[in-house]
Amino acid sequence: MAARVYIGGAAGFAGDRTDAAGPLVEALARLSGPRFLMFETLGERTLALAQLERRRDPQRGYNPALERFVGPVIADCLRHSIKIVGNFGAANSRAAAESIVALARAQGLRAPRIALVEGDDLTGNLSRAEFAKREIDGKILADNAQIVAANAYLGAAPIAQALDQGADIVVTGRVADSALALGPLMHACKWRNDDWDRLAAGTLAGHLLECGSQVTGGYFADPGFKDVPGMADLGYPIAEVDVDGEIVVTKPAGTGGRVDRLTVTEQLLYEIHDPAAYLAPDVVLDVTDVTVEEIGADRVRVSGARGRPAPETLKATVCIDGGFLGEAEISYAGLNAATRARLAAETVIARMQRRAPGLRIRTDVIGIVSVHGDSAGETIARAWDTGGQKDVRLRFAAQSMRRNEVELLLDEVEALYCAGPAGGAGVRRHVTPRLASASCLVELKFVKPSVTMLGEAT
Amino acid sequence: MPTVPLHEIATARAGDKGNRLNIALVCRDPAYYETVAAQVTADRVAEKFAARRPSRVVRYDLPKLFAFNFVLDDVLEGGVNASLGLDGHGKSLSFLLLEITVTMQQSRTRGAQGA
Repeated sequence: MAARVYIGGAAGFAGDRTDAAGPLVEALARLSGPRFLMFETLGERTLALAQLERRRDPQRGYNPALERFVGPVIADCLRHSIKIVGNFGAANSRAAAESIVALARAQGLRAPRIALVEGDDLTGNLSRAEFAKREIDGKILADNAQIVAANAYLGAAPIAQALDQGADIVVTGRVADSALALGPLMHACKWRNDDWDRLAAGTLAGHLLECGSQVTGGYFADPGFKDVPGMADLGYPIAEVDVDGEIVVTKPAGTGGRVDRLTVTEQLLYEIHDPAAYLAPDVVLDVTDVTVEEIGADRVRVSGARGRPAPETLKATVCIDGGFLGEAEISYAGLNAATRARLAAETVIARMQRRAPGLRIRTDVIGIVSVHGDSAGETIARAWDTGGQKDVRLRFAAQSMRRNEVELLLDEVEALYCAGPAGGAGVRRHVTPRLASASCLVELKFVKPSVTMLGEAT
Repeated sequence: MPTVPLHEIATARAGDKGNRLNIALVCRDPAYYETVAAQVTADRVAEKFAARRPSRVVRYDLPKLFAFNFVLDDVLEGGVNASLGLDGHGKSLSFLLLEITVTMQQSRTRGAQGA
């Protein structure tokens, strides 16, 4: 049994820096003991989009960034026995695993042992009506919508099992993000699945790692108030976890960023609601007694996580067709710009009230108020005349199940080029298909996680 | 006694789940914890976010972390998959919270870079 386990957090979302893993692997290669590299690349919508892609092409539906994330480090990981765990399987873990095999072959490496964790896809397990009954505070599934994707957040046990079976690389679809670290810890430390405080500590370690550099100075800098050195070369995090669940967060030497009480505490509470009851598939995590202590340069000790028995249900995200989002923008600059922009906005709204009555339209004025305002427009109504801004960009947005309805709005914005106030410039317009998502709580009996070694019979 | 925006004495990070927003507020110096605890109530935060019509605001206190977690319900226009706004996640709203002002009880070191 390992005294200390090292886990590098190499990606916090699908669009993360793909060269972050290199310095992590270099640092892990110099250490001994069980070492893991985790990639979290599966946002809420990403999986539904992947599901649609797989329907069009059975060989797709996994994260296409996989090759760029794993390619640069797979040789060193195999050479130094650093195991890779990632949820880049998305809707097609098998195709993702096959692409890794091809990647290894192209680099002249031995074939890695790859395990697939599946069973998160619930589309065949429950009907729409059965999901609707299990929806958490919402009525998104009440209408007769076609389900695009339904995936449970699996826990850490199948990941630990895959590593127990000797996997070099574990490819998952939807799992709790923190399970990407807890699975390796359960495997390396032989933690029992009812050792709640240790499972809580492992979940907390995963939570600290799951957003990559958000714990090492990313998403933190506020010049003059919170300065971060080396933003262009941020070091991504390494968690050192001992068998009793004490965590030290650090980053590779020579990289940018910072690890201290503030960076760690911000991430510790990220996306947490009740700090005494953070629900994960394997444990309920209580962080109210956690302490964060600076013990050296870029070294922070996190201890005191407590756990309670795991919930009787798993969270699942169910996505349905959400119609179309239409957005259009136009700029006004120079003298009297804000007043001209206001006339443009009033003109568009007046015409839309005639052409598509009932269509809700949001108006933002980039340069005055565009993100902190409300959707009903009260904030902007008060802010129009406050500053005499000389460079503003109007933005309109609407959503509808009918594409032609949102196109009407975009046409009206484009028409401002000739029929609007003076000096309107730089119209951009686009339509994005949308997915609506609902969260459901699904009883464990409906979810059957599975572990398969690639190349072995299923 | 000087009045300052939270931005001078604390840091914040916003996160989302559906139509619910959380903002973690962390004191730059543990010495500020009591001042923030006394003045930055859930009601004051609800008032700051009034235009977004929160249906509920809860403050969770984390004295061992010198931090607070504010949870605001129904302020994200339905959440990232339904919002018409540019910031469907509400990520920029941490800096709206940091505009709330507090009156300092004692002298402090400006621009302290954490503990």
